[in-house]
Amino acid sequence: MKDQSINATFSCPIPITDYKNILLAHGSGGKLTNDLIRKMFLPQFHNKHLETLGDGAVLPSMDGRRLAVSTDSFVVNPVFFPGGNIGSLSVHGTVNDLAMCGAEPLYLSVGFIIEEGFPLDELWQIILSMEEAAIEAGVQIVTGDTKVVDKGKCDRIFINTTGIGAAWPDMTIGADQIQPGDHIIVSGDIARHGIAIMSVREGLEFESTIESDSASLHDLVNTMRYAGKIHALRDPTRGGVSSALNELADASGLGFVLHEEPIPIQEQVRAACEILGLDPLYVANEGKLIAFVSNEDSKYVLEAMREHPMGKDAEIIGEVVDDHPGMVVLKSRIGGTRVVDMLTGEQLPRIC
Amino acid sequence: MKYLDEYRDPDAAQKYIDLIHQVITREWTIMEICGGQTHAIVKYGIDHLLPETLNFVHGPGCPVCVTPQEMIDKAIAIAQEPNVIFTSFGDMMRVPGSHKDLLMVKSEGGDVRMVYSPLDAVKLAVKHPDKEVVFFAVGFETTAPANAMAVYQAHTSGIRNFSILSSHVLVPPAMEAILSAPGNQVQGFLAAGHVCTVMGYNEYIPLAPRYKVPIVVTGFEPLDILQGTYMTLKQLEEGRCEVENQYARAVRREGNIPSQSLIRKIFQITDRNWRGMGMIPASGLGLRPEYAAYDAEKKFAVPVVEPVSHSECIAGIILQGRKKPVDCPVFGTKCTPEHPLGAPMVSSEGACAAYYHYGNLEVRKMNKLTADGKI
Repeated sequence: MKDQSINATFSCPIPITDYKNILLAHGSGGKLTNDLIRKMFLPQFHNKHLETLGDGAVLPSMDGRRLAVSTDSFVVNPVFFPGGNIGSLSVHGTVNDLAMCGAEPLYLSVGFIIEEGFPLDELWQIILSMEEAAIEAGVQIVTGDTKVVDKGKCDRIFINTTGIGAAWPDMTIGADQIQPGDHIIVSGDIARHGIAIMSVREGLEFESTIESDSASLHDLVNTMRYAGKIHALRDPTRGGVSSALNELADASGLGFVLHEEPIPIQEQVRAACEILGLDPLYVANEGKLIAFVSNEDSKYVLEAMREHPMGKDAEIIGEVVDDHPGMVVLKSRIGGTRVVDMLTGEQLPRIC
Repeated sequence: MKYLDEYRDPDAAQKYIDLIHQVITREWTIMEICGGQTHAIVKYGIDHLLPETLNFVHGPGCPVCVTPQEMIDKAIAIAQEPNVIFTSFGDMMRVPGSHKDLLMVKSEGGDVRMVYSPLDAVKLAVKHPDKEVVFFAVGFETTAPANAMAVYQAHTSGIRNFSILSSHVLVPPAMEAILSAPGNQVQGFLAAGHVCTVMGYNEYIPLAPRYKVPIVVTGFEPLDILQGTYMTLKQLEEGRCEVENQYARAVRREGNIPSQSLIRKIFQITDRNWRGMGMIPASGLGLRPEYAAYDAEKKFAVPVVEPVSHSECIAGIILQGRKKPVDCPVFGTKCTPEHPLGAPMVSSEGACAAYYHYGNLEVRKMNKLTADGKI
């Protein structure tokens, strides 16, 4: 499957060559829309649910498993960034949200809102990345929609994906399951996606390219659930690790203690954060999860994670305590203690 | 990371914490000048590792915080002009003016952009010859060379659609203002390392004996702060008042001479109004007359209106080190980073923001219990 997707990315020529750019007519429901769907979407996302081209997809029963649904809209700027693009991101994001609910991702819907004049070859690259990400995640894109808006009415291209998953039967997870004494595990180095986006968005010229960590996490979760009792999962996307932890501290009514030393971060990312005056705890991730695991099981879960490619740099970074309810506290490298607050507004670079 | 981890080493930090506990025999009040140092102190929890008899007060070294409100109102008025691209460092975007901030101007359709360097603003001017590009040049001596370079480059390349709104300030006059104010409590200074990287520390040498204060040029990493604090306390305990350089890996006594020459070429010393501290003579930098064409204040005739400020905000007293953020009646209640009443709650170098984000765990616990109705 992997070979097929790589082949698709590098050698699939764009099937529509009559127009170079998206026209309003591509979203009008007429011939051009039909062309777009039949030539660009269908062959790549092909599956029997989509191919009926109905108003929606009728999906098979889940054999009594509970359903999980999640939706997310993607408006990333720039659309293409080191390590991915809006297409792969829109698949990874929703797949991960389902996995964080303790569900196996199965189906996706995709809604495109495209600005008039958007280059068709870029749309093609986005579609190919979505196909590759969907194959990798084992999800089918079963229904979709395309709208084109006047130039200037949206920023190039926006994508919404909604995912349906089947809950893993043995998983009961959520903020209410977190217990004092639980260990907090992060699946790998933090802050990479935010810095990758920033490095291209702001025209910052770093000597080495920092690639986004955008990836699907459901398979890692699938590995973890056999290794020990997981109480809660969260993917620290916008707002970074600190916001994810603050939300869970607040919802669970417990206090979290983090240790600065073991928090994994790539050297280049850390350097970029130092230069820009950003706190990596507040910078977005797109291929990382935070797990709350009972302290008896954390060793086994950590071992299992480290054997999985998505979790090879996993670390225990903290624990849950009864003290300071609703608050996240960090023990600094030099032994001091500080509060880790939720992100306010956008994290702004410092002035000097 | 090389050149960083060495200065965050737990064992070395503990050594200086022990030395400080050994050397201190009474209560002392030390001011760290720079907001970057304030943030390091609170972020690494340094204040909780040191004796209670040592009182850190936080200085005015936050350029965003001391920029007077009438200047922010002026920036907002210029940013609202139809043909203007207004550029600024990110910190300035959310600082409240009398009625709005720069981000609100952007949301209303103004072309307001965040840049990382004034030279990027010059590039924008080249790219948009039909627009007027204005850069909000705030800061201490640290940012002055880059801002001077932007004007110099625009001038030598004949770029006419670039100008700066200068609100530059200087550290030594502010230190003198604090030391000569009635009720001053500051007994020693951690001088701002980065400012001294540019300016050196010759200009502090007369201040130390005149006001009988030790001044130690100090860096920004936890070990820098601890060592600088130890050096200051040692002087205080031994009855000395000298200028010493803790940040020797970056600061030379004479400073960066080419940068200083460039500053002097483009700027001249002027009186400057500081937010919260008032007018301080000869405490700012303005463009020299020969570069008046690059002065946004002269280029745009924006009406000067009386600034409206919040009477409850005590930013001025905090910037002078006479009170701490937690002493403010509206800290964390009416004034938060989401709804700042004063600049120190916005800036990444502001003392109020440092306390709010990283702040004292015990205070936060109390606030939370009070808010939850448990006390």
